[in-house]
Amino acid sequence: MSAVEAAFREHRGPLLATLVAELRSFDLAEDALQDAFAAATSQWPGGGVPQRPAAWLLSVARRRAVDRRRRDETLLRYLPRLITPEARAADNDPEADDSLQLLFACCHPALGLEARVALTLRFVAGLTAPEIARLFLVGEPTMAARITRAKQKIRAAGIPLGVPSPHDLPARAEGVLAVLYLLFTEGYRSHRHELAAEAIRICRLMPPAPETTALLALMLLQHSRRHARLSDGNIVLLPDQDRSRWDSRAIAEALTLLDTPAPVGPYRLQARIAAHHAIARQAADTDWPAIAALYARLEDLTGSPVVRLNRAVAVAEAEGPAAALDLLDVDLPGNHHLPAARAEMLLRLGRTAAAVEQFDIALALAPTDTERDHLRRRRESAPGTGTG
Amino acid sequence: MKYALLIYQTEKNWAEADEEQRRQAYEAHGRFAALLKDRGADRGGEELALSGTATTIRSGGLLTDGPYAETAEQLGGFYLVEARDLDEALEFGRALAELGDIVEVRPVVAYE
Repeated sequence: MSAVEAAFREHRGPLLATLVAELRSFDLAEDALQDAFAAATSQWPGGGVPQRPAAWLLSVARRRAVDRRRRDETLLRYLPRLITPEARAADNDPEADDSLQLLFACCHPALGLEARVALTLRFVAGLTAPEIARLFLVGEPTMAARITRAKQKIRAAGIPLGVPSPHDLPARAEGVLAVLYLLFTEGYRSHRHELAAEAIRICRLMPPAPETTALLALMLLQHSRRHARLSDGNIVLLPDQDRSRWDSRAIAEALTLLDTPAPVGPYRLQARIAAHHAIARQAADTDWPAIAALYARLEDLTGSPVVRLNRAVAVAEAEGPAAALDLLDVDLPGNHHLPAARAEMLLRLGRTAAAVEQFDIALALAPTDTERDHLRRRRESAPGTGTG
Repeated sequence: MKYALLIYQTEKNWAEADEEQRRQAYEAHGRFAALLKDRGADRGGEELALSGTATTIRSGGLLTDGPYAETAEQLGGFYLVEARDLDEALEFGRALAELGDIVEVRPVVAYE
């Protein structure tokens, strides 16, 4: 990787956040930073990499922004500038503050969830519109238009850059956490570790609060298994994972975060479930009754059928497949995990024909090749259905 | 920034409200207007007559009896407020929505 590429990966998010906060314009910040990276691409290979690449890029971007603003002055006069807090907090890391203020603006409840996710990836993580389009499997023009609309709304509607007042903070933080967890699960589901790591990085910027800490712990625990979850491109399920490949440092940090008593919320319950898996030396040591009990509390709290599904899997381990199958008598249209789970329970109960039927339903609904391959292998493991 | 707080109400409720209910509603709006004045945010506002009294004109001059869109909720009035940013405008909007109607918060375009 060239020095410019390395600097791009490491600094683009924080630099963009700082520039947006200073210039009070998304578009000008984007253009100026692009100018700065272009200058680096032409100057660094011959003239040498500056000692502090981020500072170099920031000062070049600031100069280019001044040039651009002068050139386009007539045009820009008519654009309302972003509303920024009057004073910057002096005692904190200014770069982290800029990112945090931008994060709250990007995750403002006056924006739709899709717009929030796209803006957060663009301006807090620093991803480009084409990169975000690929992540969410939509066309580049669609994603570019979504980001443009969202930027316009922030500017025209007067959504401020800034950390909300203490009164609004809990509700607003909840909205940010939802976006971060969505980013994380998107990265986790598709094995794109960088995206998951970015969600963790951004979560660390958030003001401390019980559910924020819990979400950080939850993401660290799930992320700790990233190197054990795939083998030759195939999914390796939790019981079969090589636990020596789990990231023990991430697990230790998460367990410490969960060690302090805090009010119970959905992220905290999920983190405690993940922690039970993390501390089991081998799959057989897993405390399934405790996990099933935590899922029952989570289901009470959320009423979510997805939680019910996970609870059933835990109950299958704690009490057996028949009790679990009873819990799976729910409706979750379009979701392949539900028929897949039913199929596994039926298989364990020896009801092969019914199991194969459920595997077929799951296969028709599964969204990725990796998941379909896994389901096919499981279906073929049913007695009397093998192809070999 | 200036924002319009557009009040959408189920007209049937207002048309059928008795005198006491109307008195209470006007009192509540009076308290809301006082809040805006306290905060230096009041930039005017009006109550509109029921949408049945509206006349809609399309380009070419075609007149129709009634409002532009025949929906259960109709624009019943508006306030203009001055707010630091959307968060403050939404704070006013929430206080207004507490009175029982739907409130749409729209930024007003500024010409410099």
